[in-house]
Amino acid sequence: MTTTAAPVAAPKVPRTPRVIKPSLEGTDRLFHGTATSIGMFVLIMTGSIGIFLGYQAIPTLRHYGFSFFTQTQWQPELDKIGIAAVLVGTVEVALVAMVVAFPLALMMALFISDYAPVRIKSYLISAIDLMAAVPSIIYGLWGFFLLQPHAINLARWLSQYLGWIPIFHVDTDPNAAVWQQSRYTSSAFIAGLAVAMMAIPLACALMRAVFDQAPLGEREAAMALGGTRFGVARTVVFPFAKGGIIGGTMLALGRALGETAAVLIIISPAYIIKPRILEAGTQTTSALIAGNFGDATKSQLSALLAAGFVLFLITLVVNSLAAVVIRRSRSGATTEL
Amino acid sequence: MAAVDVSAAGPGHARSSRGASARLTVAQAAARGPARLDAVEVSAWFGDTQVLDDVSLSMAPAEVTALIGPSGCGKSTFLRILNRMHESVPGAQLAGEVRLDGDDIYASGHRLTDVRKHIGMVFQKPNPFPAMSIAENVTAGLALTNTKVSKSDKSDLVERCLVRAGLWNEVKDRLGRPGSALSGGQQQRLCIARALAVGPRVLLMDEPCSALDPTSTRRIEETIAELRADVTIVIVTHNMQQAARVSQQAAFFLAAQGSPGGIVESGSTADLFNHPSDPRTADYVHGRFG
Repeated sequence: MTTTAAPVAAPKVPRTPRVIKPSLEGTDRLFHGTATSIGMFVLIMTGSIGIFLGYQAIPTLRHYGFSFFTQTQWQPELDKIGIAAVLVGTVEVALVAMVVAFPLALMMALFISDYAPVRIKSYLISAIDLMAAVPSIIYGLWGFFLLQPHAINLARWLSQYLGWIPIFHVDTDPNAAVWQQSRYTSSAFIAGLAVAMMAIPLACALMRAVFDQAPLGEREAAMALGGTRFGVARTVVFPFAKGGIIGGTMLALGRALGETAAVLIIISPAYIIKPRILEAGTQTTSALIAGNFGDATKSQLSALLAAGFVLFLITLVVNSLAAVVIRRSRSGATTEL
Repeated sequence: MAAVDVSAAGPGHARSSRGASARLTVAQAAARGPARLDAVEVSAWFGDTQVLDDVSLSMAPAEVTALIGPSGCGKSTFLRILNRMHESVPGAQLAGEVRLDGDDIYASGHRLTDVRKHIGMVFQKPNPFPAMSIAENVTAGLALTNTKVSKSDKSDLVERCLVRAGLWNEVKDRLGRPGSALSGGQQQRLCIARALAVGPRVLLMDEPCSALDPTSTRRIEETIAELRADVTIVIVTHNMQQAARVSQQAAFFLAAQGSPGGIVESGSTADLFNHPSDPRTADYVHGRFG
């Protein structure tokens, strides 16, 4: 026996979704409120730093106008102040760091996730984390005292063979019997190498975490087709982790752009737009601020804060892009049914 | 290439010719037809836990062998031993031999990747590569094994494999679409096509229909019946009716509480289901436990 539903009379009023109140419990509401306010606090902090920097930058930008972005010199006593050279230097150091850090971080992450024996995997993960925890001043000292005396040989070799490319040119004779070592020191290249050491753990940790999430089913499918380990990485792990690879690299780039202490130790300041990364002398925004704010007058301080504001904006853009890419990667990894 | 094989083979020089034959073209590999697979006194461990004890089973060429038994009796482990997927699990060990046409696949002269090329596998959960199109999924094995194939051969291969897997008519107009956009049953047939594309002589299937609806299951069973002439099939299934429908040979696995699994009885499927010699087999196939 089945019963047939009685015909329902047409509703007189158009149906509207009803309002559902979450009606949280006391503790839940307390936690909700605490979490919300802490979350807002982070946003307020970031926002107020930006507003502070922007506000402080106003007198400088008003005084120098657009020439603040085109002037290379930083000579407050001559009323010549601009960030053209330091921005180029900043980007150079960051790019050198990323060119070195990206392949190393990627391969390290792949080694830990796919090649390393299970026994040592956790030790390697801690070692990478430890690398991130070393203060940047230590990397600066390491770069200056240990790395630089050796890296100048590499720099000379590069300029010997690739000197015809403008970025590898050094304004001295690389083939001279007694070569001018000091021309190769304190360069964007060497500062970039030191910064790379700080960028690697950041990029590597994120990449490894994403590599580990690559679905076992797809990995096994690739193995069962006769794939080598690298074949599995190429077919399954890298496509899955594309977002993580890009995101990790950009986070590291954000770090590299702002790195101060190590750069300050290694470089010798030079306020010219110089594409020659191997040659002595460069300047980055953060090192400029760190090196000059101590004896700055009020107007000079405003100029330094204006430079800081520009760096803040660049880093904010890079990190926001990284966040977007990382978030996208999650959806790219799922199947759409 | 041959020199590499000889050095890899070490003392077993006889193996090198087989290693070289692994690089035959896809068409040639498929032309060699189904192979005989023999497991000889296989035992397996995960860490200190033994999960299989002294399992011997012959899987005849061009026949479907069903592995049946309750959960946790070592069927899947046994299946994964047959194409050396077992050793990819950390802590996994084994004893015994697995012979592909009389040749031990665990012998030191054999490359892991060649073994897996000869003995393909289809998994419980459909696992197409989501970043690849349907056609790319089919040819993924070629890219993974560095097999160079011309573009026209490739599209022939895609069509042939999809036809054999019974999927061609449903996807021929959208080969460029992502494989992950297909339904579960279609994805599983895509995985079968992908496995066939590298020209395996044996195809292992680990509960290929357990995640599928009855219609998709029927399609896969039809595909299995059609493939049987070209490739030896070993299938793990929890479904008694399925085992009876698709297989000619069957083996009943069982593990007593706290002891490793093993084969209670094996033989032709008809005998195993109609005249089991062991009372435990009779109980299981008649649904009295498991």
